[in-house]
Amino acid sequence: MARALINVPPKAKRGEVIEIKTLISHPMETGYRPKGDGSFFPRDIIQKFVCTLNGEEIFRADLYPAIAANPFIAFTTVAREGGLLVFSWTDDRGEAQMESAKLVVE
Amino acid sequence: MTVRAAQGILALVCLLASSALAQTTDSRRSGFEDMSPQSQALQKDDTANPGMLSVLDGEALWSTKAGSAGKSCADCHQDATTSMKGVAARYPAFSTEHNRPLDLQGRINACRETKQQATPFAWESKELLALSAYVGKQSRGMPITPPDDPRLEPFRKRGEALYSQRLGQLNFSCANCHDDNPGQKLASAVIPQGHPTGYPLYRLEWQSLGSLQRRFRGCLVGVRAEPYPYGAQEYVELELFMMSRAKGMQVETPAVRP
Repeated sequence: MARALINVPPKAKRGEVIEIKTLISHPMETGYRPKGDGSFFPRDIIQKFVCTLNGEEIFRADLYPAIAANPFIAFTTVAREGGLLVFSWTDDRGEAQMESAKLVVE
Repeated sequence: MTVRAAQGILALVCLLASSALAQTTDSRRSGFEDMSPQSQALQKDDTANPGMLSVLDGEALWSTKAGSAGKSCADCHQDATTSMKGVAARYPAFSTEHNRPLDLQGRINACRETKQQATPFAWESKELLALSAYVGKQSRGMPITPPDDPRLEPFRKRGEALYSQRLGQLNFSCANCHDDNPGQKLASAVIPQGHPTGYPLYRLEWQSLGSLQRRFRGCLVGVRAEPYPYGAQEYVELELFMMSRAKGMQVETPAVRP
């Protein structure tokens, strides 16, 4: 299990624009890096990042080999309702890592 | 009248003294100050600083039992947040059992070998960096305080000599860049004063955490000298000198650098 750090504001006012920051540890091996013998390190990247709020998708990003290791993804959203934020990162092997955080809207 | 004149002179002297003081204030700067505001923000925010991922790994390793002794770091040192506070700020320190100074990584591996009876971590391995970062983080914000140990002196002197020793095909010493030309540019990069305040640190160029030894090796290759192998005594001696040079500056571990 990779380590992930999530930063969601502790409280948000209804209608306020909030920033959500995520960081996950991942090598993001491009597949273009040669080994000593001329073959290449096999590609191993996160392909997809999705964030849902109470099951509804609020943000999605596709990632490509040019993105650095340990991708840091920050995005903004309008805090309309509180609930459970679920973050998922899906890698080349199709395995998804999930993390969740609470969003409190007053 | 004379009292007044004396007071005036006194005030003037005080003013001059304070302006002289202002001129002699510390001109040392951490590489942090030369970074872009974006990179600074990355270091300042613990949920954005990628070095914190390793700190979390280190925290987990701290209480993981290892070796034939079946002990974890925590079994002897208990809670790192109290027992390891300020430790990184005073390393490298003299080890009586080895009869030479050890850097923090060397200390961790020595403990691992003798106390845990486990195979030491490979230099620059994820685990060794993670534990160093975790221990280093406990000193964050504290001033660097090299130990006042006379046994360290000959080693520090050797480090100082190495610092100003010209090396490699380009025939540069550390001092040629970091003492003579800090703030200037080497290609697009600002030459820092070279104070090791935040190691192990996350370098964006490396896309990972790295030790001061890795940084030294980068510089050695840069001047086209053959780098010493990882764990070489020269690195510890150089670190000893550089930590005494950075005495009083704040520990930033885990720092972020471009």
